Amino acid sequence: MAFLRIILLRVLTTLVTLAGVAVIVFFVIRVVPGNPIAMMLPPGATEDDIARLSALYGLDKPMVTQFGIWLAGVMQGDFGTSITTRQPVLGLVLGRLPATLELSIMALVMAVILGGSAALIGTRGRGTRTEGAIDVANGMALSVPDFLWGLVLMLVFGVLLPVFHISGRVTPSLDLPFTTGFYLFESLIRLRFDLWADLVAHMFMPALALAIPLAAIIGQLLKQSLKETMNLDYVTLARTKGYGETHVILREALRNAALPTLTLVGVQFTFLIGGTVIIERLFSYEGLGNMAIDAVINRDLPLIQGIVILFAVIFTAVNLIVDLLYAVLNPRLRHA
Amino acid sequence: MSFLSIRNLSVRLKNGPPLLRRVSLDVAAGEVRGLVGESGAGKSMIGKAVLGILPPSVQITEGEILLDGTDLLRLSPRESRRRIGASCALIPQDPLTALNPSHRIGPQITNRLVDILGWTRAAADARAIDLLAEVQISDPARVLRSYPHELSGGMRQRILIASAFAAEPKLIVADEPTTALDVTVQKQILRLIAGMQARHGTALLFVTHDLGVVSKVCQKLSVLYSGLVLEDSTVTDFFTAPRHAYSAALLAATPKYTDPDAGLQPVPDAVIGAVRAEVDSFDRKAAHG
Repeated sequence: MAFLRIILLRVLTTLVTLAGVAVIVFFVIRVVPGNPIAMMLPPGATEDDIARLSALYGLDKPMVTQFGIWLAGVMQGDFGTSITTRQPVLGLVLGRLPATLELSIMALVMAVILGGSAALIGTRGRGTRTEGAIDVANGMALSVPDFLWGLVLMLVFGVLLPVFHISGRVTPSLDLPFTTGFYLFESLIRLRFDLWADLVAHMFMPALALAIPLAAIIGQLLKQSLKETMNLDYVTLARTKGYGETHVILREALRNAALPTLTLVGVQFTFLIGGTVIIERLFSYEGLGNMAIDAVINRDLPLIQGIVILFAVIFTAVNLIVDLLYAVLNPRLRHA
Repeated sequence: MSFLSIRNLSVRLKNGPPLLRRVSLDVAAGEVRGLVGESGAGKSMIGKAVLGILPPSVQITEGEILLDGTDLLRLSPRESRRRIGASCALIPQDPLTALNPSHRIGPQITNRLVDILGWTRAAADARAIDLLAEVQISDPARVLRSYPHELSGGMRQRILIASAFAAEPKLIVADEPTTALDVTVQKQILRLIAGMQARHGTALLFVTHDLGVVSKVCQKLSVLYSGLVLEDSTVTDFFTAPRHAYSAALLAATPKYTDPDAGLQPVPDAVIGAVRAEVDSFDRKAAHG
């Protein structure tokens, strides 16, 4: 019963958050300068043309009325029609979503592997030069933002040592058999490892650029809490049982030390998803972020709204997943 | 031949003051030796050195720790860890922090039997049930499935005691095992440790600052001050005729239940001064080789 109440409460707060996001994004993009009609008509269009086009898109009505119309549509799953492409926003946005999700998850996996290994190696060699080297690398990784890492990677692995593709999601000339948008996942299911390799070769650099700063944060925080955990009594007791250092770190300390890191990773992962906007642009990766920038440039109001709402849904979903994981890892929370 | 024999063990903080000053002591098989002294006297440090869990900030500068005749300090870290794991165990001070909060009780008792000593899982599980019954825990099967936070402090200390005896070690280091417990529970736990020790014939190094505990549990004792062994004698001799003035002062400072109005008797300043002088003269001699 308690569990059901928590879920209900969660859904309710999520709805409030989404409503807030909807209101803010709707009015903010209408208050900032620039309007879609000006982008659609050639310079020198008559007042009459502008008025007619505005009426066609409902932009002549008061802002509150526009909001009411849009919200009523959203309630029925209709997010409006994109002004630039004249296609339903929902279809456009959902079509791009898998690309961004795959990129973000790939980046997250990379960050956890890189940051986790750094933390483990640093803890294993604490007090030695190894730990110092890891701290220095962490500091460097953290002080450079993701898009700069993107440029650096492009120069190194795209130009000097061309092993990865620097743009796009997949080589355009390839024949794609996919029925879903999750190319990377589906290529594995279909055992098309050639396509999988091509997708990874495209995705590797943008994902790594997104992963490096997060990896540094994970590395630093996890190492810190691992080192604290390694001084606790139950770890000392495990040492007296004849276990070696590596076993003690992995089996006794890691799970408890990972808890504070997990909370932070949840928050940072949403930042990472935000980072996809610029990184996708940089690597011409056809995801949501790239679409968002186009939508803003073209003042495609319905599309911007759709994308922002979708990002908000993703953020709340990530937070929910983190909370659930936390309960799984921490037995003390399970019965609460 | 003693099972544990410590010879001239000196430990110091790296680039800092000495913590143990040429400590020598023996614990024979099946014998209980108390280590007594004030806070900071180095009694816990001896137990940690024996078990190979000294903090990284301290280093052993000289001496031998002979376990069954083999000097642990001459072995590779891996080999000494293996020997300690196979023949020694620790009963820690604070039962609330000595169990891993994210593992169930069962594996915390049985894993070492399986991983280190090569038992089968079934044999280890059966052993855990027997042990919990021996430390008077009712419904052992349920307790083995529990997480530490579901159990009381006294219960957890019983589990830690059971766990220490699990592999039939030759030597157990008990590091103030009753200090963190309620007074009412202390007595039960003490009786439990003494009973288990007698039944299993385990040698016990009992770190405590409570002379009452020593008189109940130990046969021998070492009195420490500032890392220096002041007196090494049998418990009978110590309580009837302490040889060192500091020992006598410690005895006099122990509150007596028979005379509750007597008030607390601190160790006299003159005695402390004399002991400090003894420590200083030891350091001077050590400095001149």
